[in-house]
Amino acid sequence: MTDNSNTLGDGSRRDFLLVSTATLGVAGTALAVWPFIHSANPAKDVLALASTEVDLSAVEEGMAITVMWRGKPVFIRHRTPSDIQMAAEVELADMRDPQADADRVQKPEWLILVGVCTHLGCIPSGQKLGDSRGEFGGWFCPCHGSHYDTSGRIRKGPAPFNLPVPPYAFTDDTNIVIG
Amino acid sequence: MSKRQYNNRVMQWVEDRLPIISLMENSGVIYPTPKNLNYWWNYGSLAGVVMVIMILTGIFLAMNYQAHPTVAFDSVERIVRDVNYGWLLRYLHMNGASMFFLLVYIHMFRGMYYGSYKAPRELLWMIGVTIYLAMMATAFMGYVLPWGQMSFWGATVITNLFSAVPVVGTDIVTWMWGGFAVDFPTLNRFFAWHYLLPFILFALVFLHLWALHTHKSNNPLGIDAKTPQDMMPFHPFYTIKDLYGLGFFMIFYLYFVFFQPNFFGEVDNYIPANPMVTPPHIVPEWYFLPFYAMLRAVPDKLGGVIVMFAGVLILYVLPWLDTSKVRSARFRPVFKQMFWIFFLDCLVLGYVGAKSPDEMFMGIMTMTTLGQIATTYYFFHFIVLLPLLGKYETTKPLPNSIAEEVAKKYAQ
Amino acid sequence: MRKLFIIALMGLSLGFAGAAHAAGGAPVPAKQNWTFTGLFGGGFDKAQLKRGGQVFFEVCNGCHSVSLMAYRNLVESGAWTEDEAKELASGFEVQDGPNDEGEMFMRPARLSDRFVSPYPNDKAAAAAHGAIPPDLSVITKARKYGPDYIHALLIGYKDEVPEGVTIPEGSNYNEFFPGNAIAMAAPLTDGAVEYADGTEATLDQLSRDVVTFLAWAAEPELEARTALGIKVLIYLVILTAMLGALKHRIWRRLSDPNLSCEDPH
Repeated sequence: MTDNSNTLGDGSRRDFLLVSTATLGVAGTALAVWPFIHSANPAKDVLALASTEVDLSAVEEGMAITVMWRGKPVFIRHRTPSDIQMAAEVELADMRDPQADADRVQKPEWLILVGVCTHLGCIPSGQKLGDSRGEFGGWFCPCHGSHYDTSGRIRKGPAPFNLPVPPYAFTDDTNIVIG
Repeated sequence: MSKRQYNNRVMQWVEDRLPIISLMENSGVIYPTPKNLNYWWNYGSLAGVVMVIMILTGIFLAMNYQAHPTVAFDSVERIVRDVNYGWLLRYLHMNGASMFFLLVYIHMFRGMYYGSYKAPRELLWMIGVTIYLAMMATAFMGYVLPWGQMSFWGATVITNLFSAVPVVGTDIVTWMWGGFAVDFPTLNRFFAWHYLLPFILFALVFLHLWALHTHKSNNPLGIDAKTPQDMMPFHPFYTIKDLYGLGFFMIFYLYFVFFQPNFFGEVDNYIPANPMVTPPHIVPEWYFLPFYAMLRAVPDKLGGVIVMFAGVLILYVLPWLDTSKVRSARFRPVFKQMFWIFFLDCLVLGYVGAKSPDEMFMGIMTMTTLGQIATTYYFFHFIVLLPLLGKYETTKPLPNSIAEEVAKKYAQ
Repeated sequence: MRKLFIIALMGLSLGFAGAAHAAGGAPVPAKQNWTFTGLFGGGFDKAQLKRGGQVFFEVCNGCHSVSLMAYRNLVESGAWTEDEAKELASGFEVQDGPNDEGEMFMRPARLSDRFVSPYPNDKAAAAAHGAIPPDLSVITKARKYGPDYIHALLIGYKDEVPEGVTIPEGSNYNEFFPGNAIAMAAPLTDGAVEYADGTEATLDQLSRDVVTFLAWAAEPELEARTALGIKVLIYLVILTAMLGALKHRIWRRLSDPNLSCEDPH
């Protein structure tokens, strides 16, 4: 084997042709990876999935219903005045993810949350009468013991954030559209 | 093998525990390659690149494809319409199949022209034929997946070939279908096979390369390398040449992907499969046409199937049918002409395969007759011409060495 | 010379595919100028696409479905605004449910719904027409000569059946339909639709517009595809030229007769 035969360049350190060709080739190959990665992101039909309409008129005070939105459960609780009062009176400073109750509801009696524990994705209990609602009267996640209050805020346990509020709008007094 | 030293400490650490660095260096960098390979030697590596593209796009397509008759067609269209860059993945895959065959056909004809299948490379050639068989099976099953009319009826017709087997034929076909017609079980198992076979093919390609690297590449002169001056390291000479060729190929391939994605396809396959209606004119994809012509050339059902399979399988014994000691057609004046006639014959078979059997060819004979002539010649070439040529052909004198020929060329 | 040969070989191989395409009895439809069928693809004229949509929804959709498209696709095409598409969709009813009482119910279509089919299933369509009006989602990809054929078919109805051709009861004579007897009556006539944009609705115009719409429905990715394709090809041409220069330079070393390589084994 001759000395320089397995080098691509002509020996000069700043070999413009070699460096620019290699750069261009590597850059193009790198860009070609994107379609593959992006194909795994939600497709257009998934993104366009229908919003969910819910009629709240049958949900009495103190009751809760669970509806499906984007493949996930959404908790809708018709809160009692004492629920609302409890949620409003808490010291925000004591919370892990401080947020005022008023910022989490459009109408105080209706609390609407994505019912997925922010720890590792289990569904907290507390929707049905007789379910454990945890120490703060909201929800309790059976997987790792996260306690949520009557505003769905994390108060105790490993979950880092409050239960998120999905985008929704009241179309009239008793009907909402989620999404 | 002497222990090799590397300046990079990580590389040295790996090399001491698993000599993979030197293995890669030996087979991709300082691998000795004849100095005189022409551009026909690019097609093997090109086919390898397309295989990788096929496997990658295939994996990502499989993430969105649904193998059930009620949704298969729509799921493919959903990939094209709704999945991000799904159209790109699908059309790369769809046209990639045609490209893969095109490249492999050129690669095979190159091997035939330059006698690359002759000793000591018989096994290299035979592994190659096996790869080709695996490709055909994979392509056939893949074509079924979009569940269009051609998918369905292609699957029906090809699986029915096995009903020609005496006594147990019908049972075999029922077993392949998993039912009494091509239906959900068939589609689902074809999908499973279509996902598995490429990995078997991938393993075969490694055997192919192993066999290649044992005796090194043949070359246009067909003579063995005698001195180190006949050879040069693979890198940078053939890495850059392969990349240059790859550039041209990608332009060709991607033109179809982006601008004429359905050029190689059949319009009927955009009609959802209908088990009640056969399309008026069913044809396989272009790469199967020569064999389709052979199938139809024989009026007997079992006979046609046997001839068709024999058309492929005869390639396995090609190294022993060609008895000439001279490899390259450059030094075999008669063989050279026979090669081109054979090549033309394959094209004729492909042409016949695309036509209706009762159509007239230039007003003189039916396509069936033309197909019969071409099929006969196909086998005549292998079974009669090649053995006789080896015996009676006067070959031209072989050059002394590769190095000498290369030197002559560069002296000009 | 060698390169010419490679090109010739590729050409021959392509001839295979071409040969597979050229067969069949009906006359070859005249080649039309479309905005979307160039050598390097093309695009859709938004105004034409919208007119075609009007023809489709007012005429074709009475019998034919385009089940693979959703009303949101109209917005994605750039020819309809979101409000226009929403309004168009709300004119159709889709079945939804079951509701809390376990009943299926009808509601106005939304953007995320697929184009509403005129019949609940193929049997219902066949019962109404005698034959099933084919779904038109991919029709331009599913017929030989694609858009040219659909256009020729739409304007190819003749009142006078030529000598020697018999058309069965309930069928119509069409020059371009294989076998000439088509179950569908001439769907378009001059002025069949009153265009919102004031374009004169001649038969030819109507046909061109609706074919454009159908071509878009068959290949909604076409514009994105050709736009990316141009960039990729330009990139590849530049890269290949540079690789060629590099190859030429490296291979000059072959003039050194001492260039050699020992087998490392």
